Amino acid sequence: MTLYEPVIGLEVHAEMLTRSKMFCSCAVVDNTEAPPNTATCPVCLGMPGVLPTLNAEAVEMGLRVGLALGCTIPPFNQFARKNYFYPDLPRGYQISQYEYPLAINGFLDIDLPDGGTRRIRVRRAHLEEDTGKLTHTGDGASLVDLNRAGVPLLEIVSEPDLRSAEEAEAYARQLRSILQYLGVNHGDMSRGVLRFEANVSVRPAGSDELRTRTEIKNLNSIRGMVRAIQKEVERQIHLWESGQGVRQATLGWDDDRGQLIIQRTKESASDYRYFPEPDLPLLQISPEHVAEVRQGLPELPAARRDRFCRDLGLNRADAAILTAEQAVADYYEAALAAGGAPQPVANFLIGEIFRLMNADALGRDAIGTIKVTPEALAELLRLAQEGAINLNTAKRVLDILYAEGGDPARIVAERGLAQVTDEDAIRAAVDSVLAENPAEVEAYLAGSEKVAKFLMGQVMRALRGKGQPQAVQEALDEALAARRS
Amino acid sequence: MIDLTLSEVLDRLNNGAVTSVALTQAYLDRIRQADPRVRAFLTLTEELALEQAAAADTRRAAGGSAPLLGVPLALKDVLATRGIQTTAGSRILQGFKPPYNATAVQKLLDAGAVILGKTNTDEFAMGSSTENSGYFTTHNPWDLERVPGGSSGGSAAAVAAGMAAGALGTDTGGSVRQPASLCGVVGLKPGYGRISRYGAFAYASSLDQIGTLSRTARDAALLLNVIAGPDPLDSTSMPIPVPDYTAALDGDVRGLRVGLPREYFTAGIQPEVEAAVRAAVEKLASLGAEVVEISLPHMSYGLPVYYLIATAECSANMARFDGVRYGQREDAGDMWEVYTNTRGHLLGPEVKRRIMLGTYALSAGYYDAYYRKAQEVRTLIREDFDRAFEQVDVIATPATPTTAFKIGEKIGDPLQMYLSDVYTTTVNLAGAAALSLPCGFDGRGLPIGLQLIGPAFEEGRLLRAGDAYQRVTDWHIHRPVVEEPTG
Ligand SMILES: [Zn+2]
Repeated sequence: MTLYEPVIGLEVHAEMLTRSKMFCSCAVVDNTEAPPNTATCPVCLGMPGVLPTLNAEAVEMGLRVGLALGCTIPPFNQFARKNYFYPDLPRGYQISQYEYPLAINGFLDIDLPDGGTRRIRVRRAHLEEDTGKLTHTGDGASLVDLNRAGVPLLEIVSEPDLRSAEEAEAYARQLRSILQYLGVNHGDMSRGVLRFEANVSVRPAGSDELRTRTEIKNLNSIRGMVRAIQKEVERQIHLWESGQGVRQATLGWDDDRGQLIIQRTKESASDYRYFPEPDLPLLQISPEHVAEVRQGLPELPAARRDRFCRDLGLNRADAAILTAEQAVADYYEAALAAGGAPQPVANFLIGEIFRLMNADALGRDAIGTIKVTPEALAELLRLAQEGAINLNTAKRVLDILYAEGGDPARIVAERGLAQVTDEDAIRAAVDSVLAENPAEVEAYLAGSEKVAKFLMGQVMRALRGKGQPQAVQEALDEALAARRS
Repeated sequence: MIDLTLSEVLDRLNNGAVTSVALTQAYLDRIRQADPRVRAFLTLTEELALEQAAAADTRRAAGGSAPLLGVPLALKDVLATRGIQTTAGSRILQGFKPPYNATAVQKLLDAGAVILGKTNTDEFAMGSSTENSGYFTTHNPWDLERVPGGSSGGSAAAVAAGMAAGALGTDTGGSVRQPASLCGVVGLKPGYGRISRYGAFAYASSLDQIGTLSRTARDAALLLNVIAGPDPLDSTSMPIPVPDYTAALDGDVRGLRVGLPREYFTAGIQPEVEAAVRAAVEKLASLGAEVVEISLPHMSYGLPVYYLIATAECSANMARFDGVRYGQREDAGDMWEVYTNTRGHLLGPEVKRRIMLGTYALSAGYYDAYYRKAQEVRTLIREDFDRAFEQVDVIATPATPTTAFKIGEKIGDPLQMYLSDVYTTTVNLAGAAALSLPCGFDGRGLPIGLQLIGPAFEEGRLLRAGDAYQRVTDWHIHRPVVEEPTG
């Protein structure tokens, strides 16, 4: 059997977080919440005689993305009309860019699971307007909501450089992270602000050929995208193996059923009849302006990750996790600024806080909304560091902070959680535990290490978990040694 | 009173000789009397006009003033008027009342104008006779059996028949100048970008420009003063200052270099038209202008290039008329049937013809041979004009090859119909400015038009020459007699 290698390219449609739409002054609203057709005007309704006027903020945001991806910004770009009929497209054409896009020839270095990186080329990024939204009712009617029509979109097109669904996922996640860092997209895919299309083909591993590809549209979550690509790769391998071959097609993805749906074959492919948009003059972008935008770019995730490794001594994996979401990295740095030490804060964030948030089905970018402030986290870890509480207690206090908020020191004081270091108290606890568990003591003396852990746990329990672990261990060792002799 | 020029109307309003209400009533009476035969108006806004007139009178009485305060005008029905039906001559927009005014319309209203109604047009401005209107054909006031020209035929006929002091039209390939010529009035097409296109229903976006129809060049200057200027709602409007166009009307054309392009005086031109245009140029020479023979070598490509670019843009511009959001819809079994029924039944044959031509020209595999090639030739045509304007100040040509033709004469032969724009389309392709003005009559008593072409934003130069010419001629004084109906 032949070994196959997937060849994958991604098109990412990212809504730009502008205040107003691409070509009119309507506000950009959350179209999962705003009442239908409330953010519309004659321009975005495609009424006759009205004209588009370009939103400079959208161009600005597009430029930031282009530059963050290392693209070349051509000195002029041009809008074009993409012609097709659909009720969610008010003018019967979408204003997009075709021959002369905003940004070309960039790249994104993705992190591979083995710790390495791979450079994925970005072919182009161009501006266009979003369409409206159709809802099909049960009785066969279709409802049109044009709130989203005319919202600026940046379409970012990669070369077919991705070689697995996992690489596609890494590309998607890292690109989403960059868009968030740039402040141009909040990355909440459930609200449709970020959508993917994948083109997929397979070829015998090691070959250079490009075989017939299919396009999967409407991928509205990264997980869905990964599953869809995996299914499509399997389907294509099966088609080649069974001698049928792959035919060019456009596929949809039903996330609920986990199924690909063939929407169009090549025979019925659209001819969009692109031509330059006569209602908008050529857009000229001077090198000076490009330099200015470049100057204003924030620190991007990869740079921040490298800085965390270099300056804070974190390992690359931890640093990557902490910098993937801008909100997490900001939270982390705020905790350090409040006096937290880099590694313990990282450990607690990744190990404890993410666990709590996961249990609440809270996305990591929501970290700014939890009740544990970065200052409280730093304080909590300081208490542990100074020995005022032990690590187990620290986790308990964190649970309280997470549920209720508040000040760690006060919680420790009010609930009597301070660590027991009093040697007499510890010794008394050890003695009573040993007295209550003669069989286990017997077993220990016979050489069972497992029992040692059990006895340690019993002493800690007797101390209500507040015993200073080292002191407890010493007292226990001493008492057991006394019995051995 | 209705035989006055716009400028005379304004003088009488300003010196109190007449009120706007009386004047508006006079025009409405004239419309009632003449329009059943001319059929220039698609929609009359009688009540609104009288309200606006009364408001103008009140404002004037209170010492207020505005450039067109109380002047009754007509608007081509491709210009959006808020709350007033705007059909573009199409059945598909029957009953459509835009929630916005075209910028030019808003400027007229702000200047105090009174709107009498909306005038007939070939459907979506596609045509040269108004015979492509989805409603009816307008008749030429000089001979009711003949067309008024088009597509702004309703506006031209309304001004010619004294049914409005002036009017706005739109000109994509000659749609203001050709009907002006055929109806014996003045038609001005300013340079592309001089007037905002916002609210002018697009036919071919890179060629469309709003223009004026009036009795005199001075009237055109008064209207242009109001409607010209950049508009934040139109990115293709030119961000340059607007001169006072009336200030330059000093009657002096001494030293003005007038170019006669040899390519415009060839076979196909009606001899009386050529004679009248040459005589008009001699008249300008007698006033001190200098006549120079020039060449515009790519002129013969004008029509084919125009029909490729205009139809390509048209094919996209017409796509929004799908019955989904506004206008008429023909309901059907499924979505695609709604599209095909609505567009199939409610758009007329010429609009469909142009949509199909344009769709073809833009299709994969044909784009380079048609659309791209046409754009390249367009550049050559523009360069022809650029070179010519290094030699001369204005270019004089016939506005149309013939005088008004009979209703029905060309409607069965689109190519013959297209030829009536042979002298005007190149101006739109070059984005230049041009003025059409009466310069004689043929043997049947039908008006002949002279076209003066100037660089894009030198409308003032054209108006000055036209005004100087009208000071020493009386072609524009003649009035058609719209005969009483028989029986
Ligand atoms: Zn809008």
